[in-house]
Amino acid sequence: MTGPQPVAKQEVAANSEVQAEPLLKAGNSHIADGVFHFAMLACGLCVLGLVGLIIYELISGSRLSWHAFGLKFFFRSEWDPVNEQFGALPFVYGTLVSSFLALLLAVPLAIGVAVFITEMCPRWLKGPLAFTTELLAAIPSVIYGLWAIFVLVPVLRHYGEPFCAHYLGWTGLFEGPPYGIGMLAAGIILAIMVVPIVSAITREVMTAVPQQQREAVLALGATRWEMIRTGVLRNARAGILGGVILGLGRALGETMAVTMVIGNRPEIARSLFAPGYTMASVIANEFSEATGDTYLSALIEIGLALFIVTIIVNILAQFLVWTVTRGTPARTHA
Amino acid sequence: MPETVTPTSDFAAARISLWRRGMNSFATLAAAAAVILVLLPLGAVFGYLVYKGIGSINWAFLTQTPKPVGEAGGGMANAIAGSAFILLIASVIGVPIGIGAGIYLAEYGRNQFGNVVRFTADVLNGVPSIVVGIVAYAIVVLSQGHFSALAGGVALAIMMIPTIARTTEEMLLLVPTVVREAAYGLGVSRWRTTLSITLRTATSGVITGVMLAFARVAGETAPLLFTAFGNQYWNWKVNQPTAALSLQIFTYAISPFDEWHRQAWAGALILIVLIVVAVSAVRIVAGRGMLKGTS
Repeated sequence: MTGPQPVAKQEVAANSEVQAEPLLKAGNSHIADGVFHFAMLACGLCVLGLVGLIIYELISGSRLSWHAFGLKFFFRSEWDPVNEQFGALPFVYGTLVSSFLALLLAVPLAIGVAVFITEMCPRWLKGPLAFTTELLAAIPSVIYGLWAIFVLVPVLRHYGEPFCAHYLGWTGLFEGPPYGIGMLAAGIILAIMVVPIVSAITREVMTAVPQQQREAVLALGATRWEMIRTGVLRNARAGILGGVILGLGRALGETMAVTMVIGNRPEIARSLFAPGYTMASVIANEFSEATGDTYLSALIEIGLALFIVTIIVNILAQFLVWTVTRGTPARTHA
Repeated sequence: MPETVTPTSDFAAARISLWRRGMNSFATLAAAAAVILVLLPLGAVFGYLVYKGIGSINWAFLTQTPKPVGEAGGGMANAIAGSAFILLIASVIGVPIGIGAGIYLAEYGRNQFGNVVRFTADVLNGVPSIVVGIVAYAIVVLSQGHFSALAGGVALAIMMIPTIARTTEEMLLLVPTVVREAAYGLGVSRWRTTLSITLRTATSGVITGVMLAFARVAGETAPLLFTAFGNQYWNWKVNQPTAALSLQIFTYAISPFDEWHRQAWAGALILIVLIVVAVSAVRIVAGRGMLKGTS
């Protein structure tokens, strides 16, 4: 911003010599400004460089496994470090099933919470409730895992799973011995961790819906729920979907809590009681003990796949949220 | 409620309105139930942490290193110090770069390239922590030849940078252009204006961002598993494996020993107290007004 300075310099320097000194310093600021600009640019470039570095390291690290197994890596279910045979199918399956289970449980709850906080609850309750749900997001994953091992899993083993097996056993999803530890426990703990994200985004996009929408629908004689359904939720639905997908991104990459309760067995089972394994947990458990270059490379390739999937999911989610919060509500609905 | 739409027959109107009123009450009840269902695990987690943790926190726990399996006593002092050490390294690396990137985005980045950086920061924000761990392993651990506190710090710094950059940018953009123009009008150079006027005005907001990033990485475990690795003893060397509170909780939680489980709860309580204090401090700082002196 050198625009205004030369002008000031000419005028004042002609009037008095006393003020010339600080202005001379200001003249040097051209260089200082350049240096500062460059330093800040370097920090910005750091961000670019980091993402580039992540991509480079993941690709170069997984090259060995890529050459050995190719794309079939993701469709093989063999995981045999001794004979160096690796396939990621059980992990992909575990990640997808646990994440979708989590969303299935979390999304209705999260939208309910968001609706209650933005549209229904008394004003004095709004702040505390919003803060409390945000607090859920601040609890570290390892503490959720600890709690899940010692509280959630025993409850599931003694009450939850026998109950499900008795009433829902015919679906085939709730069969086998109730260990407590397994896919179901992982899905539930993930759901608890995903709720605050989905509900925060849902709240954000619901607040972005213009007030006149609500007033207009109410003026037509709608009840409060009809107002929320037709006036608010319908207008915000692209953004809510964005929040759900953002929650999916979090669930896919979540490591510690899942590792602690999913059972860590690379198997594909229909029953949700059975133990499983996810992409993130196999990296967490085996990375520091991986002997052999192919083994390490296979783990890094799983990391690369996880990276690509979460990036795509996050970009999609941000785009959807943006369509709602950029000012005009989405016009996609019929 | 306002269901006075000209009714064709009284009977039909009454039936519809009853149905609609019922739906309305049902939706309200369902939303309230959702809130209770969500708050339940929160209460359960905190309740259990306090109930199980508070009995196990004593002087030995805070001052001693872990005892071998089977011996009672011992503590997590080295893990608490190790966490602080790793977080210090992460902050030293991550905070200046994050704030710098934020300044770049707010003051120079209103163009196509700025958008690219902004987008990349959001991408970096979404990278799973375990993947960040792999990268820190590849960069630091492989080149050093062993696990180290530095590698853990680098991993956490990578996670801090995007959060700090984006909040700093947001806060700087809240500072009115008039304030900058006033400084330019006085002949203050651009870099000086940015540092002493704009950044200064947005200080509390920027601190909020830094504390949020700090709270976010303070409990991270996954990226430390194969970077800082953990350690049974004291360590103050940057290039040696270091214990961390979150790692210790993980190791103890999946162990089969009751004594270790007890200590895991105590460690978790200490970790959560540290994080809640940080988050509450943010609320207080933020509550005082994002921008002191501009309103």
